[in-house]
Amino acid sequence: MSGGPSSIVVVGAGIAGLRTATALRDRGFAGRLVLIGNEPHAPYDRPPLSKEVLTGRLAPEAAALPVPADVEVRSGRAAVRLDRAARRVLLDDGSAQSYEGLVIATGATAVPWPGPTPAQGVLTLRGLDDAARLRAALAEGDPLLVVGGGFLGCEIASAAREAGAPVALVCRDRLPMRRTVGAEVGALVARLQTEAGVSLRTGVTVTGFSGSRRVTGVELSDGTRIRARTVVTALGARPATDWTRGSGLGTHSGGLRCDHRRRALDEEGRPVEGIVVVGDAAAAPHPLPYPGAPSHLVIGHWSGAVDHADTAAATLVGGPPPGPVPPPSFWSDQYGVRVRAVGLPGAADRVEVHEYDPERRRVEISQHRDGRTVGAVTVNRTSRLAAHRARIVAEHGEGVVVG
Amino acid sequence: MRIHVDRTRCANHGQCVFAAPGVFSFDDDENLVYDPAPEATPAAEVARAAAACPVRAVTVEGGPA
Ligand SMILES: Cc1cc2nc3c(=O)[nH]c(=O)nc-3n(C[C@H](O)[C@H](O)[C@H](O)COP(=O)(O)OP(=O)(O)OC[C@H]3O[C@@H](n4cnc5c(N)ncnc54)[C@H](O)[C@@H]3O)c2cc1C
Ligand code: SF4
Repeated sequence: MSGGPSSIVVVGAGIAGLRTATALRDRGFAGRLVLIGNEPHAPYDRPPLSKEVLTGRLAPEAAALPVPADVEVRSGRAAVRLDRAARRVLLDDGSAQSYEGLVIATGATAVPWPGPTPAQGVLTLRGLDDAARLRAALAEGDPLLVVGGGFLGCEIASAAREAGAPVALVCRDRLPMRRTVGAEVGALVARLQTEAGVSLRTGVTVTGFSGSRRVTGVELSDGTRIRARTVVTALGARPATDWTRGSGLGTHSGGLRCDHRRRALDEEGRPVEGIVVVGDAAAAPHPLPYPGAPSHLVIGHWSGAVDHADTAAATLVGGPPPGPVPPPSFWSDQYGVRVRAVGLPGAADRVEVHEYDPERRRVEISQHRDGRTVGAVTVNRTSRLAAHRARIVAEHGEGVVVG
Repeated sequence: MRIHVDRTRCANHGQCVFAAPGVFSFDDDENLVYDPAPEATPAAEVARAAAACPVRAVTVEGGPA
C-alpha cells in the first residue's frame, strides 16, 4: 500500500461511514482510522426506527450496527468546518483532526417545518432520540397527526396504528408515496391506510398549527381543522453538509457532488484527490441518465449507502477493482406489506402493470422511460424484482451503471 | 464456504438474490431458497450478498469449499 494515505478520517457514524470503514480494513488499509459522529449513541441503523422500534416489537438496542475493529470512534463530536488546504477537520470542541484521506458520510437530517410551531408536541423522525420521543407519545395513546405522505410518513402511520393510537395522515399529493412508487402502488397504500383506520386527507396541506405551548391541532388548506396532541412532520430529508460550506466543494440539491469513483468534486467540477463522499450526503452521478435528466442526484436510500462504500474505499486506498455498482433500490414495510423497488420508478414516462391485485396485496409493475426500463416496484412479490433489475442493467449498459 | 440465512430475520428484501443469483433465489411462494455450500460462486460475490442484506440475515463461514 505504498503511496496510500497513512490516516483516514470518516465523518459521520451512520451506515455509510461504517461500511466504508469496514471496506477500508477489508482492503488492507492498516493506518489510523478515525470515525467521528455527532450523536451521543453508538452507531445504529435507521430503517427500524419507523418500523419495529416504533411499534415496540424491537428494542432500540437491536438497531445497533457492528463497528469494525481497530477504529477510533469519537462519538458526540461534530465536524464544524473542513479546511482542505491544511487537510484537517475542525470539531465542535475546538480541536482539529488531521487526515490524509477523508470520507464524508454525514448523511441527512429531517427537513424542518418551514414556519413557527408550538414548542411542544411537534416532532420529526430521523434518529434514535426522535424515535424514543415519538414512542413515548404513542404510549400515552394520544391521537397522532402525521404530516407528509412519503414512505416515512406512511410507515409512521402504520406503526402508530399498530401501537393503538388514533392516526390522521395529511398528504399534499392526491395519493401517498406516488412520487417514489407511482399511482398504482400509491392507491394501494392509500387503501391500506384507510382500512387500518387512518383518517387519510389527501390533496391538502397544513397551513398552520394551533396551540400556544403544546400543539392542539392543525389547520388545513381546505379550511378544516384536525385536533392532535402530537404532530410528526415527515417532509423528507436534506443532506447534512453545512459543515463543509466554504471549503470549495461543489453541491447539487444540497448534496456534495461526486464522480463515479465517489471522489468529491470541487465547485468547478474537478475531482478532489483524497476526499470521497458516501451515503445520503452525496449527490452522485445520475445512475440511469435519460435526455433531460439532471447530471447528479441525491438519493436517500439505505442500499445506496451500502452499495458505494467499497467503491469509495477503493478510491482512497486502491486494491482490486470494486464490484459493479447496482442500480438504486429501496423498500418500505407497512401494515405487514412488503413494498420493494429498484431503479428510479419516479422517472417513468410509461408503466407496465404485470400484476395488480389489491385484495391479495400483490403488485408487480415496471417503469420505463424513452423505451428503456428505469424501475420496478413489487408488493409482496419480491421474487419478480430480479428480472426487472437485470433489464435495467442490460438496457443501460454496465458502463453507465457500474462505478 | 458455508452459508446460513436466519429465516426469523429475513424480510424478503431480495438483495442477496440480486448480488448472488447463483446462490439465492425465491420459490413461487416467495420463500427464499439458497445453496448452503455453493461451489461455483466466487466468495466475493457471496460476501457482497451478505453485506447487501438490510437485516443482516446472511452469514458466511470459511473460505472456498
Ligand atoms: C426513520 C427512517 C426510516 C428509514 N427507512 C428506510 C427504508 O425502509 N428503506 C430505505 O431504503 N431507507 C430507509 N431510510 C433511509 C436510510 O436510513 C438512509 O438512507 C441511511 O441511513 C443513510 O445512511 P448515511 O450513513 O448516509 O446517513 P445517516 O444515517 O444520516 O448517518 C449520518 C451520521 O452522521 C452524523 N453527522 C451529521 N453531521 C455531522 C457532523 N457535522 N459531524 C459529525 N457527525 C455528523 C449524523 O448524526 C449521523 O449519525 C430510513 C431513514 C429513516 C430516518
Ligand atoms: S437480502 Fe436478507 S432479507 Fe433479503 S431475501 Fe436475502 S436474506 Fe432475506
